[in-house]
Amino acid sequence: MSYLHLSIALIFVIIPIVLSKTLNLGLERDTIIAVVRSIIQLLAVGYVLKFVFDSENIIYILLMITIMIIAATQNARKKGVSITGITWKVAITLVVIEALTQSILLGFSITPPTAQYIIPISGMVIGNSMVLAILFLNRFTAEVETHQDETELILSLGGTPKQAIRTQLLTSIKSSMIPTIESQKTIGLVQLPGMMSGQIIAGANPIQAVQFQLLILFLLLTTASITSAMLGYLSYPSLFNKRMQMLKRCLAPPEV
Amino acid sequence: MAIDYKPAVDFNHVNYSVEGFDILKNITDSFLEGKITTLVGPSGAGKTTLLKLCNGLLSPNSGEIFIKGKIISSYEPVELRRLVGLALQSAPMINGSVLKNLALPLALQGRQLSEKDAQNLLYDVGLEAEFLHRPIKDLSGGQRQKVSIARTLVNRPQILLLDEITSSLDRISQQEIEDLIVKINRKYETTIIWITHNLQQALTIGNYAWVMMNGEVIESGTSDLLHSPVNEKVKLFLKGEVK
Ligand SMILES: Nc1ncnc2c1ncn2[C@@H]1O[C@H](COP(=O)(O)OP(=O)(O)O)[C@@H](O)[C@H]1O
Ligand SMILES: [Mg+2]
Repeated sequence: MSYLHLSIALIFVIIPIVLSKTLNLGLERDTIIAVVRSIIQLLAVGYVLKFVFDSENIIYILLMITIMIIAATQNARKKGVSITGITWKVAITLVVIEALTQSILLGFSITPPTAQYIIPISGMVIGNSMVLAILFLNRFTAEVETHQDETELILSLGGTPKQAIRTQLLTSIKSSMIPTIESQKTIGLVQLPGMMSGQIIAGANPIQAVQFQLLILFLLLTTASITSAMLGYLSYPSLFNKRMQMLKRCLAPPEV
Repeated sequence: MAIDYKPAVDFNHVNYSVEGFDILKNITDSFLEGKITTLVGPSGAGKTTLLKLCNGLLSPNSGEIFIKGKIISSYEPVELRRLVGLALQSAPMINGSVLKNLALPLALQGRQLSEKDAQNLLYDVGLEAEFLHRPIKDLSGGQRQKVSIARTLVNRPQILLLDEITSSLDRISQQEIEDLIVKINRKYETTIIWITHNLQQALTIGNYAWVMMNGEVIESGTSDLLHSPVNEKVKLFLKGEVK
């Protein structure tokens, strides 16, 4: 595809803008911003990737992964600001997942140790882990808030913080993993996964494309479970102090 | 004579505040061992907060609390909360059956509650054995309150903190619970601290009474202070309540 063809494809941008104007949706500005940003961001990433692939230098690969982890951490931490040390807890979770998945992939020679494989797969793993972290933190903070009476009850009967938060923790871990599992049940029936479509369009053998897509799906199952469980077990202790009291700053004041 | 009475819970210049707002101010007083002390006062006075300080769900910002002569911080939190039991007005429950809730205090220690013991507990609070396997969500407010009281008794606390536990009960149930608590007090010499809005209840069951307002204990002594208070504010409050 040439840049000329790509420019013609801007028709697909003009249609929603015209529609927004006629229907008075007021979405023109946001649409234009979104388009401009995606053009700049993706082109920049494209050139960076080309540079990294050409140089084949491990330092650049590590640097890119570090940047991905920092960006993902920044994004996910906002959902858990009431939890002390949430930034490093998210960061460490992402580092562990990245290290674990890459060591299995490279250790068993499932994928070759080149930037062309390591970077896109890392991107998918870290991106997914970030989404899972957000899902988990959203649910967990809501569960803690709505069930603070039960938590206090268990503490008051001589339970430990771990016992007091167990139900909320497990509910949140489970519910944040469900979308990953559910979406895999219907995959390919309605919609071809983006990565696979891309590979097929770029001329890859569909069976090869499917094999890669399956690899990614398996990876994402691990990513989902480890992200939720690890973040959960790192997070809950900071809701309590040494005297096994619930820290009130994590909660809204009770109604009187 | 008074020398015989040991404090079970002793407050020494205790202050508790949240975000700069003083909830309890300079509380210095004690609850005597083996006695029933009632806590009365308008809502928002700080009564519930005071109970939560006694079993370590909260810690004071300054001042000291002694439980059975030992400073509260010298107890392990878990040990303290089994020694000092708390039943709240809201009667919070975990999901599941009545039995699951009654068994909770032991389950937290990896122990089991036999069905027989559970039935006896229900009997004590005036609920029939058939309630054992009912889901909590099917219970009325009063029935939940009874389950909550029974559950607090499972740990056999030496100090029992009760927060308006009869407020959603009918007169007969209220009488049953009062009898039960008095019986526990006599039989095990359990120290009882009982928040109540019901002055008649405070007079009939309480040996001592504390009147709290705006985070302070403004009058305390034997229960008959509720008949003849000294403090003007207490007089006004009691008049409003009696009527
Ligand atoms: N966690 C909290 N944060 C802010 N204010 C609180 C908190 N807990 C209690 N309070 C306030 O402390 C005061 C005393 O509350 P409470 O002990 O429940 O009183 P009572 O039981 O006598 O009605 C009330 O004004 C209440 O709003
Ligand atoms: Mg109260």
